[in-house]
Amino acid sequence: MSDVYYRTVRTVTNVLLFLENVAGAAYNEIAEVQLADGSVVKGQVLDAGEKFTVIQSFGGTSGMDTKSTKVRLTGDTAKIPMSSDILGRIFDGNGNVIDGGPSIYGGNLMDVNGMPINPYSRDEPSEFIQTGVSAIDGMNTLARGQKLPIFSASGLRHNDLTAQIVRQARTLGKGEKFAVVFGGIGLTSEEANFFRKEFGKSGSLGRTVAFLNLASSPSVERLLLPRMTLTAAEYLAYEMDMHVLVILSDMTNYAEALREISAARDEVPSRRGYPGYMYTDLASIFERAGKIKDKKGSITQFPIVTMPGDDITHPIPDLTGYITEGQIVMSRELDKKGIYPNVDVLSSLSRLMNQAIGEGKTRDDHRDLSNQLFASYARGKDLHNLAQVVGEGALTESDKKFVEFSNKFEEEFITQDYEENRDISKTLDIGWRLLSLLDKNEMKRLKDSEIRKYGQWEK
Amino acid sequence: MGDEIVKGRIIRIAGSVIEADNVDSPKMNDIVRVGKDALIGEIIKITGDKLTIQVYEDTTGLRVGEMVENTHAPLSVKLGPGLIGSTFDGIQRPLDQIQKVAGDFIKKGVYVNALDMRRKWKFIPKAKNGETVSAGDILGEIRETELISHEVMVPIGLNGVLSELKEGEFSLDEKFAFIQEEGSTVKVPLTLFQNWPVRKPRPVREKEPAEMPLITGQRVIDSLFPVAKGGTASMPGPFGSGKTIIAHQLAKWSDADIIVYIGCGERGNEMTEILTTFPTIKDPKSGRSLMERTILIANTSDMPVAAREASIYTGVSIAEYYRDMGYDVAVMADSTSRWAEALREISGRLEEMPGEEGFPAYLSTRIAEFYERAGRVKTLGGKTGSITIVGAVSPPGGDISEPVSQATLRTVRVFWALDSSLANARHFPAINWLNSYSQYEKYLQAWYAKEFGEDWAALKKEISSILAKEAEINEIVQLVGYDALAESDKLVIDVAKVIREDFLQQNAYDDVDTFSSMKKQYLMLNAIGRLFLVEKEAVDGGAPVSNFQGIKAKEMLAKMKFVKDDEMETYIRQYEKALGEVLTRK
Repeated sequence: MSDVYYRTVRTVTNVLLFLENVAGAAYNEIAEVQLADGSVVKGQVLDAGEKFTVIQSFGGTSGMDTKSTKVRLTGDTAKIPMSSDILGRIFDGNGNVIDGGPSIYGGNLMDVNGMPINPYSRDEPSEFIQTGVSAIDGMNTLARGQKLPIFSASGLRHNDLTAQIVRQARTLGKGEKFAVVFGGIGLTSEEANFFRKEFGKSGSLGRTVAFLNLASSPSVERLLLPRMTLTAAEYLAYEMDMHVLVILSDMTNYAEALREISAARDEVPSRRGYPGYMYTDLASIFERAGKIKDKKGSITQFPIVTMPGDDITHPIPDLTGYITEGQIVMSRELDKKGIYPNVDVLSSLSRLMNQAIGEGKTRDDHRDLSNQLFASYARGKDLHNLAQVVGEGALTESDKKFVEFSNKFEEEFITQDYEENRDISKTLDIGWRLLSLLDKNEMKRLKDSEIRKYGQWEK
Repeated sequence: MGDEIVKGRIIRIAGSVIEADNVDSPKMNDIVRVGKDALIGEIIKITGDKLTIQVYEDTTGLRVGEMVENTHAPLSVKLGPGLIGSTFDGIQRPLDQIQKVAGDFIKKGVYVNALDMRRKWKFIPKAKNGETVSAGDILGEIRETELISHEVMVPIGLNGVLSELKEGEFSLDEKFAFIQEEGSTVKVPLTLFQNWPVRKPRPVREKEPAEMPLITGQRVIDSLFPVAKGGTASMPGPFGSGKTIIAHQLAKWSDADIIVYIGCGERGNEMTEILTTFPTIKDPKSGRSLMERTILIANTSDMPVAAREASIYTGVSIAEYYRDMGYDVAVMADSTSRWAEALREISGRLEEMPGEEGFPAYLSTRIAEFYERAGRVKTLGGKTGSITIVGAVSPPGGDISEPVSQATLRTVRVFWALDSSLANARHFPAINWLNSYSQYEKYLQAWYAKEFGEDWAALKKEISSILAKEAEINEIVQLVGYDALAESDKLVIDVAKVIREDFLQQNAYDDVDTFSSMKKQYLMLNAIGRLFLVEKEAVDGGAPVSNFQGIKAKEMLAKMKFVKDDEMETYIRQYEKALGEVLTRK
């Protein structure tokens, strides 16, 4: 908008610039910071004031000073060009192409901040997405348009699970346009390479868009990255009628960057130093999943959150869980037992499962069967723990069967190979087979008619 | 430049809070229009000429130097026919109208009317010309929906002689009568709508004690921890513990006349679920669509945070308006934590001195003020109406020692403790029977006794004590194992399991189980009580508890929740017969 350069930088911190006497800055406006050597770093207005204006620099502040550094306001908020050419391409956290190919020209210039979807326009997610993973399909079913995070922890195999889901996920019996948008936030280059290789393996590279901010990139850049990722997803879903699966990995790095900025601004922190607005901020990302009534496409989100210290009550997973429609929790205990995927089905949950299963979607017995599996597995685990305290001898015959059931459930239902793609009826049949280890009259969640139809008890 | 009009100007923008100066005669809580898009804001602090304003819409792109204009009116709701069945955002803009104007995404600066001003309503007078009427008196009625007759009332603050009242079809801003105040020569025209400042409770003649329960059809609530009509209840629980499902169940099945559902900082898809399922569900009493008694306030978590702060007040003001007509209104607020966090966020932007965990020091006052707007009242017009408030709380990490839970529990009188371990075992509703409480019991006892006979209290006490004893015995089991227990203790465990699985657990997705009438709840409790007696008799006579495993009576109990109301009597007779077999079995 203007060619006015402000040379009124008064304070520089590790991520922020404080400017004096800036005329008419807009909130969230993009600024260009020019260093003495002529290099330019992008920034964003965080606090627009007549006296002082605060700008966060997306590229760090190294080399900036109060004498020669100049700032120009662009007159616009963060926008990114979108066209069908983005498919198969890789971008950095500033939206620049980094795969060696040509830049994206033309197309729509879209605001990365997005806008809230009117709940009136939303369509209820109710289509079953088969991931081919029993722990998810059978027990925590994913629906198209859902946001279902993976709560993992350092050293667990969430990347494998994510790659497996990307490779296998599909809706039943339809030939629809499908795309994956990957947002890598603070990933190591090794992780980034892994995903690139896996997407290539499944032949999905041509329908994948990746935005990468590596661990070595400036942390503040991470604040824009999920927003760019989702802007691309929205373009593909709502302009190009595609069903988009969005992977955001790792949102913990995003939250850390948020805290860094908040601390730099001397804001009053809430829990563990994270800003009080973190819930709202995360919601503005996660809520960009969904389906819109008169649009053909949809956005399904799989954010990955690594829980610091394996603690699910840590503010990052905690706030995430309050926003998302459930969570897939990975368990270190199962991982130690050598079980893959190490999904703890008891603390996992899909809130939209009920809408996505049943006759015509998965199978008529799915709901009651999964309830029965949950209840029986939970009971078996409890008894297993009890037995560890008081000894096996204190268990009744029926108790022992439950313990055996829960072990088999982990070994045969949850466990599957990284390459194994189980369809839903196979998943459910395994469930029925395992239930037959238990007494039929303990099956309180199942209807007699279902037992007659699917039960594998000996007559 | 000779400009005589005072023009307010933005001097600072920091997120949802801005500063302005030079605004025309500002008063606290005045609504202002901010910037070139005329965003809606509210004055929340005045320092000399400098104002602090919270903006109810996204401030991205707002520029220093842009204009601020005072509307000279506080944040108000528009009250009149047409509210029912609507879905509003936090500041009462109907979402369907926003969709018409702005499309699928909520753009800022959209101005739409809260109520349809053109629609004509058939008004039938009840008062007479020449009468002296006062605020809250009923002038006539409008059939707003099949379920709700909208009583048109004299606006608060107006008393005098009524004239030119007439029957007919009126749109909202047409005059249908006049009131001349004593000592005044001016006739004040009346229209079918009135404005009310949301932060101010609507006055009542007096508050009355609670007398009857709000029947919700949820067994653990109605039978063990009831909330009174006009009462307050809170359900704190970690994510995934089923707060929202309980709130939805209450909105669907509770026997209030009107439901105001405030989705405050929650998921967009959840509001959509209400919007798609409620119209298809029939009110059990009347058989009409649930939307004919429901008003939704939706501020989803991606909508502006300041409007979240307002949404609670918008909702409860609408509730008060219908209460004043003599209705029993139930307000569900999901989740009050998001509202409290909005307070915190705004307080942080104001750079106020924080209290606990960054929340402002006035948090507990605000929470208490909100719940205080509940109650069973004698209205100004002499009717009896009530507002029941049920608030969900989302404590971080599920730990209720945090400020919002604690301030809420100090105020409300019913506590439904949601428990993640129950939820993990898919025991729903995941209301913990040991930690929850209802302080309305003694007020409601008379009602229960009248409806079900004097044995209700004793029955309930027995059920509660079996559950409490089970918890004690379970601690012993942890130490010595089940086999070492006395048979009398095993009996308690045996029956407690029946209570938990076959009575407390309730499936919101099952067509029959989703709602249990009080009558059915009573029959079920009675049946369990009978089982206990019969088993006890047998055990006292030397029979081991293992005798009762897999007996027919228990199987029947397990299926009782799926039995329809009109088949219950027959079923109970068969059950009694099966029980008889237990006795002969030893």
